[in-house]
Amino acid sequence: MIPAAFEYYRPKDMAGVLSILEEHGDDARVMAGGHSLIPMMKLRMADVPHLIDLQDVEGMSGIEIGVEAIRIGAMVTQHDIIDHEPLASAAPILREAALQIADPQVRYMGTVGGNVANGDPGNDMPGLMQCLDAAFTVVGPDGERDIPARDFYEAAYMTAREDEEVLTAVTIPMPKGGYAYEKQKRKIGDYATAAAAVQIVNDGGTCASASIAMTNLSDTPIYSEAAGAALVGTSVDDAAMNAAVAAMLGDIDPTEDNRGPIAFKKHVAGVILRRAIERAWSRA
Amino acid sequence: MSKKQHYKITVNGKEEEFLAEPRELLIYTLRERLNITGPHIGCETSHCGACTVTIDGKSVKSCTMFVAQADGKDITTIEGIGGPDDLHPLQNAFKEHHGLQCGYCTPGMITRATKLLEENPNPTEEDIRFGMAGNICRCTGYQNIVKSIMAAAAEMNAAKEAAE
Ligand SMILES: Cc1cc2nc3c(=O)[nH]c(=O)nc-3n(C[C@H](O)[C@H](O)[C@H](O)COP(=O)(O)OP(=O)(O)OC[C@H]3O[C@@H](n4cnc5c(N)ncnc54)[C@H](O)[C@@H]3O)c2cc1C
Repeated sequence: MIPAAFEYYRPKDMAGVLSILEEHGDDARVMAGGHSLIPMMKLRMADVPHLIDLQDVEGMSGIEIGVEAIRIGAMVTQHDIIDHEPLASAAPILREAALQIADPQVRYMGTVGGNVANGDPGNDMPGLMQCLDAAFTVVGPDGERDIPARDFYEAAYMTAREDEEVLTAVTIPMPKGGYAYEKQKRKIGDYATAAAAVQIVNDGGTCASASIAMTNLSDTPIYSEAAGAALVGTSVDDAAMNAAVAAMLGDIDPTEDNRGPIAFKKHVAGVILRRAIERAWSRA
Repeated sequence: MSKKQHYKITVNGKEEEFLAEPRELLIYTLRERLNITGPHIGCETSHCGACTVTIDGKSVKSCTMFVAQADGKDITTIEGIGGPDDLHPLQNAFKEHHGLQCGYCTPGMITRATKLLEENPNPTEEDIRFGMAGNICRCTGYQNIVKSIMAAAAEMNAAKEAAE
């Protein structure tokens, strides 16, 4: 498998990246770990005449845990997330999700920035970041801006990031309460048939807040505000979980593919969400 | 075709310099340019792990890296782990415990396992199955692969203790 030829750049700073993007416009693209982009280039489904490797760009590999928020550099890998003890205690859902992505080799290379910027509905981190109400920092010729994860995804491979912008970091408000990332896949290393991210707060036996997002059940990740709302004020009993599942099913729009027909995907989505809520609540 | 570029990589302790197109996949650089044929091409789609090498301390599927990305890096392949006269404990354990049948996946398996044991010298069977999930054995001989890695871990730990 031989991808089309390209010019390769490995700039040392963001100014260098932005000037190549500006010069070559649509013909240029950044690469982080390459574990989504290279397979597409090998299949010649992506044609990138000017490839900008971000590996040497400074300042995008840090994990900072503040009092109110966590900031993760775009080049932090899935392996880094799993390996980082302070991060795992501040936001354990990140490690739980990262462990369910791909396989060890892929996790050494795949980055947070690449996973959320890619725009593939199968990626696990976009839904996770919507659940956590994260914001994505992007920088471009007009400077820096923050885009909420919940507003970022427009359609498959279409996001609110402009072509000449680079995603530099993800900022997550300090998560509260219990958590779960539950994923149904056909085998280890597979993308989700359905996955659910749940973060839930228990106030003396009553659910005070709940955030729910689903993966690979529409052409974008789905933050289901209604599903979360169905749990708030309840004791997260069977009736509340049924209501949350019903609300979620109203928000997703799966299509038939090699992971199964629509009815099956909806069924799995319900099972997975219920498991995720139960586990998150037991930890809340 | 884009112009050939000058690259310098270290493979198994030896510095290699050559001209190549940036799009060349690292597995081809290793096998066809440098004649390092231990890493194999299995699926060529980032799934099977037969092409696994260690790059700057990470297990990487070398079919999913351009040679340009590897410029300046330090790479270890199965050839750098041990040879016929100085088998690595993992190689010896695979031999003793029938950790291979056709042997095609073995270089990738052992290369990955060296890194796994470095990160987790006392793995459980479950840790091994999870940590080896990026390597597929088409003979499906997983049971003995797991046994081999367990045995190698025990052997390496005993040797470490004896040395202390
Ligand atoms: C066998 C296999 C199994 C996998 N399984 C899963 C899975 O189960 N779940 C999952 O979520 N993923 C999975 N992946 C994908 C993997 O996690 C990718 O590594 C990840 O999606 C992309 O990260 P990357 O750093 O490799 O990005 P790249 O491949 O380098 O880039 C992906 C896209 O994002 C863009 N991009 C990258 N970084 C930036 C940035 N900083 N700013 C702007 N744009 C950027 C690139 O231009 C490109 O379009 C799998 C991959 C493989 C090969």
